[in-house]
Amino acid sequence: MAAAPSARAPFDGVALLAAPAALILCALFLYPFAYGLWLSFVPAAGGALANYRKFFADPFLYGTIATTLWLALPVTLLNLAVAVPVAMRVRLMRNQRLLTTILVLPITLGVVLIAQGLLTYLGPQGWFNRALMTLGLVSHPVRLVHDYWGVFLSLFLTGFPFTFLLTLSHVSGIDPALEQAAATLGANARQRFLAVILPLLAPGLAIAFCLSFVQAFSVFPSAILLGAPAGPTRVISIAAYQAAFEDFDYSMASAIAMLMGGVQLAIIAAVLGLRGLAYRGPAGGGKG
Amino acid sequence: MARAASFSQLRFERIRRSFGSVEALREVTLTIRKGEFIALLGPSGCGKSTTLNILAGLLPATGGAIWLDERRIDTLRPEERGFGMVFQNYALFPHMNVRRNIGFGLAMRHVARGEIARRTDEAMALVRLEGHADKLPAQLSGGQQQRVAIARAIVIEPPLVLMDEPLSNLDAKLRLEMRAEIRRIHASLGATTIYVTHDQEEALSLADRIVVMQAGGVRQIGTPDDLYARPASLDVAEFMGFRNRLAGEAIESDGAQTIVRVGAAHLRAAGAGPVAKGTKGALVMRTADLSPAPPDASTIPASVTAGEFRGDGFVCSGAGEGGAELWFTSPSRLTIGERVHLRVDPARARFYPEAGA
Repeated sequence: MAAAPSARAPFDGVALLAAPAALILCALFLYPFAYGLWLSFVPAAGGALANYRKFFADPFLYGTIATTLWLALPVTLLNLAVAVPVAMRVRLMRNQRLLTTILVLPITLGVVLIAQGLLTYLGPQGWFNRALMTLGLVSHPVRLVHDYWGVFLSLFLTGFPFTFLLTLSHVSGIDPALEQAAATLGANARQRFLAVILPLLAPGLAIAFCLSFVQAFSVFPSAILLGAPAGPTRVISIAAYQAAFEDFDYSMASAIAMLMGGVQLAIIAAVLGLRGLAYRGPAGGGKG
Repeated sequence: MARAASFSQLRFERIRRSFGSVEALREVTLTIRKGEFIALLGPSGCGKSTTLNILAGLLPATGGAIWLDERRIDTLRPEERGFGMVFQNYALFPHMNVRRNIGFGLAMRHVARGEIARRTDEAMALVRLEGHADKLPAQLSGGQQQRVAIARAIVIEPPLVLMDEPLSNLDAKLRLEMRAEIRRIHASLGATTIYVTHDQEEALSLADRIVVMQAGGVRQIGTPDDLYARPASLDVAEFMGFRNRLAGEAIESDGAQTIVRVGAAHLRAAGAGPVAKGTKGALVMRTADLSPAPPDASTIPASVTAGEFRGDGFVCSGAGEGGAELWFTSPSRLTIGERVHLRVDPARARFYPEAGA
């Protein structure tokens, strides 16, 4: 370093190490995104906004946004609602690793394998329905696959491990002494959770929500395999797929993809905006 | 602040705790009277924090019972006990400002808002935190965080205040300041306090009575004077700062005093009681009570191995007969290798017979 500080920072050669990553990011993300955005504004027929007009004029198309949200939002919320208590409990266990491994196993299975399993297990001739009928609880098989609930369940199973791991890391970051302090001050379990744990967990939960939501929102394989791709589970990615590979209208498909991104962005922006209201400092109780 | 819910005594009855096969606490029996400042003193791993956590309800006991007068409390949940606790790392709620932290216990008790504000103000005044009400814990210094932790524990006017090594995270100067502060707060509230520490100086300066613990058991209970001058056993003596230990043999004993032969020297020492002639044991002395003197029949010869300047004198080490290490004070600088004769005040040396003797 020169003795006299110059106005401009000297060029740091180490920064070049980031170049390959930046290059890959440009090639694999920025360029396709920009290309798609441009493509969506050059439709096969009509003006620059023709694709978007067409999308919002056709209920068969714009309805997919609501359909997808109707799947992705409840699944994500249920995932969080289950992950928090499980993580709170697992945090206190000594055999954490074994249980975590079991809970995380579905990640390694892949969406198609899980869909395949659910099809046989929950189908009209599957164990689940046969058990229900044997017990006399239902007279006809319950329709679970090729419907909303099949996709819902599969999204829950594939999304849970991910949400759980994220939540566990946030829960573990909260100093257990805080809960003990709250207990000695007279707070019961519910008050401790609401007044101490939840406010400290909120920022982490917001992040977990966003990541899980994005995963669930882009659901495609299970919506086709387990759902009713022409009806209640005609999600937005199916609409994009059909535009691209059935109508061969890449411009329209790009427009749908852009809208998909827009919806995700809007939800994430809303959640992160709420997160900004929460406390975001360290979750420790002081020194030590 | 008015003292609320009171009791006349707290009794530990054969409290035990084991972690797997490890016995962390074996049958602790202890009675604490209202208003007392009790220090649980011992090296780390002695079971003092375990005792406190069991009392607070944060750790279940494996056996035994705790009684607050005629009410059994060890079966209650921590939130039902109503004790104020100060944690070693303070455990302040990081997302609440000072006022809300201090008022937390009152809010949980559904105290009216105006009353919470009034009592929180009082508590902040007591710990001298006025003007910091709206700050978050992270904006406070260690000493200030400590004050918030204390205010939060005492504002609920608990029958019992529990403190778990509250000063161990502070630097030496702040530690002394907060020690005085804790003494002042205890004097002004008179709350029964149980204070866990591994620092004998802290225990001696704060407590009315000290409970010395070691290896999961109570070794001695007594006033600071008692413990300082008359440790009941060799273990306790060593923990209370009797750093010098010489093997010796009793040659005469009358209960008040024992004459011990150490090498060629005959030293007088106080002891637990009369011991039989010929009993072997350990003679212990504090560094401050041993210093160079003209040689005679009651001095121990040693050669100086090191000296440290301490402002008002020197703390030195020396090698005695048979290589025994000795620590003593000297008003003047000594040269390494110099031969000295050390004398101890007979009232300050203690003799403990060997175990099983």
